[in-house]
Amino acid sequence: MSGRADTFWQQRRISTTTRELTCVACPMGCGLRVELDENNRVLSVAGNACKRGDAYARAECTKPLRSFTSTMRVEGGEAPLVSVKSAEPVPKAKLFDCVKAGNACAAKAPVAIGDVLLANAAGTGVDLIATNRVAKKREAIAV
Amino acid sequence: MEAVDLVVIGGGPAGMAAALEAEKNGVERILILERAKTLGGILEQCIHTGFGLHYFGEELSGPEYADRFIVLVEQNPHIEVKLGAMALEVIPGENRHRVFAVNQAEGLLELDCKAVILAMGCRERPRGALNIPGTRPAGILSAGTAQKYVNLEGYLPGREVVILGSGDIGLITARRMTMEGARVKLVCELMPYSSGLTRNIVQCLEDFNIPLRLSCTVVGIHGRERLEAVTVANVDENFRPIPGTEETIPCDLLLFSVGLIPENELSRAAGIAMDHVTAGAVVDELRQTGIPGIFACGNVLHVHDMVDFVTLESQLAGAGAAAYIRGTHDPAPEYLPTRGGNGVRYVVPQRVNRRQPQPLKLYFRVGEVYKNASVRLRCGETTLLQKKRPRLAPGEMEDLLLKPEQLAALPEGAELTIEVVEREGKDQIF
Ligand SMILES: Cc1cc2nc3c(=O)[nH]c(=O)nc-3n(C[C@H](O)[C@H](O)[C@H](O)COP(=O)(O)OP(=O)(O)OC[C@H]3O[C@@H](n4cnc5c(N)ncnc54)[C@H](O)[C@@H]3O)c2cc1C
Repeated sequence: MSGRADTFWQQRRISTTTRELTCVACPMGCGLRVELDENNRVLSVAGNACKRGDAYARAECTKPLRSFTSTMRVEGGEAPLVSVKSAEPVPKAKLFDCVKAGNACAAKAPVAIGDVLLANAAGTGVDLIATNRVAKKREAIAV
Repeated sequence: MEAVDLVVIGGGPAGMAAALEAEKNGVERILILERAKTLGGILEQCIHTGFGLHYFGEELSGPEYADRFIVLVEQNPHIEVKLGAMALEVIPGENRHRVFAVNQAEGLLELDCKAVILAMGCRERPRGALNIPGTRPAGILSAGTAQKYVNLEGYLPGREVVILGSGDIGLITARRMTMEGARVKLVCELMPYSSGLTRNIVQCLEDFNIPLRLSCTVVGIHGRERLEAVTVANVDENFRPIPGTEETIPCDLLLFSVGLIPENELSRAAGIAMDHVTAGAVVDELRQTGIPGIFACGNVLHVHDMVDFVTLESQLAGAGAAAYIRGTHDPAPEYLPTRGGNGVRYVVPQRVNRRQPQPLKLYFRVGEVYKNASVRLRCGETTLLQKKRPRLAPGEMEDLLLKPEQLAALPEGAELTIEVVEREGKDQIF
């Protein structure tokens, strides 16, 4: 990390861009101003009330990640769908691809919480995991 | 007629936690009535994460949070669950109460019990309550209903969406609809601020470039069979539309997320005294209503934003009901009323027994957003507690912890007031 004087001189020499973000590390929601150089490196973070804001701004500008939840179809289950979550956060740019990959699959009942329903969603290396249970459909009993 | 010790109405997180806690405290015959086909309540459709951080110390989805309790209820030999069973009426009695319910297998059920816990949750404020002019086409739903279609039934109720209301439910629905391929064109909010968490504004709207228009409402609905467009307009400080600011947005789905109302028809019919601000029952620190042996907890008592607090509150009700059933409760409580003063909309519980022995949490909500204020609990002019709060918002429930010795020292007939103290100069020290 460069010190203040360094940052000052870098700003003079190279073209910088500024990004405005809202910190989500806590409910305070500080408005952050992040200065980036042409290689998308963080030069400075301002507006944060604490260290977590600085860390959030740096992560958000260089490698934004998101966890997500969705649903997957279930074959032969008591319910038509099961809810799923990403086992870990995925790159933000891959969110839609991951949801689509999950929608293209079908799980087979019974499903238990924690079952891996899709490994390596959209090439992210992250699995989709069941967050609910679905029992096998009971055969209709003739009376 | 079937006799049990305790009837719990509603098998959501509130009903389950209350039943489990009552059992833990020695109640042996407990019956949960749940009108849906599964336990879990609203959590079954809340597939997003954000539950359990407080109670379990980990971030769970709604179904995962519910399942932790469903497993315990299912294994418990003293708790019977009737699914597809709708409670119709609670008839209070002197020593025992009666509950009428229906289910498909048994028809009408008449239950005789010592205590009842009301845990019916809440429902969304319907559009009818909002008086929007225009036609009444298909394509207008509450956000929660849309959430149910998408998350439980697997179909998308529209492709081009406008959402009215920017609370967390509205925001989360906006993201979910977007991820399933709909285009959310606008979220509009009547108030000058969103009551949703900052995190949800960023991750549900900004991430997908969904515009949020504040101080704005829906003033017109167009379309005959199916919704074709809505007209929105900005509002002034009195929430009246400002002429000339109208904008018509083509869409086939309008979602409402304009608040929740506790589902208290049963409670009112039973003659239970209600608090008109919370729209729930008036209760004491054990969540006992004005009728001895009838308790209320969870969203039916006051709308919670965090299920973790629903669980904690319901455990109090479960323990309270157990004490009542076993006869170990205080036979002569000395109640002191609580109330909201400056900036505080309501306090739960609405009355507290001066003789109760536990550290006591008073929960409350403020009416607007405050920064760097503090909250004070006072009795007359005597300050009992004062705590700094960097941020107070209507969407976040607050609490203050009172020690039993502080409570016991108060005179009979005293009143407890919680209020917001705004900070004047920056250097003022509290
Ligand atoms: C859409 C939505 C999103 C939410 N998101 C979050 C979140 O992200 N994080 C968080 O912590 N909290 C969230 N919450 C809040 C939290 O889920 C609720 O506070 C909690 O579920 C309330 O629990 P409850 O048991 O009181 O009510 P519910 O979960 O509503 O359960 C009530 C149950 O009672 C049953 N019932 C009602 N009437 C009868 C009757 N007459 N007879 C029999 N059964 C009956 C209903 O079928 C239902 O199952 C959300 C709430 C909603 C509505």
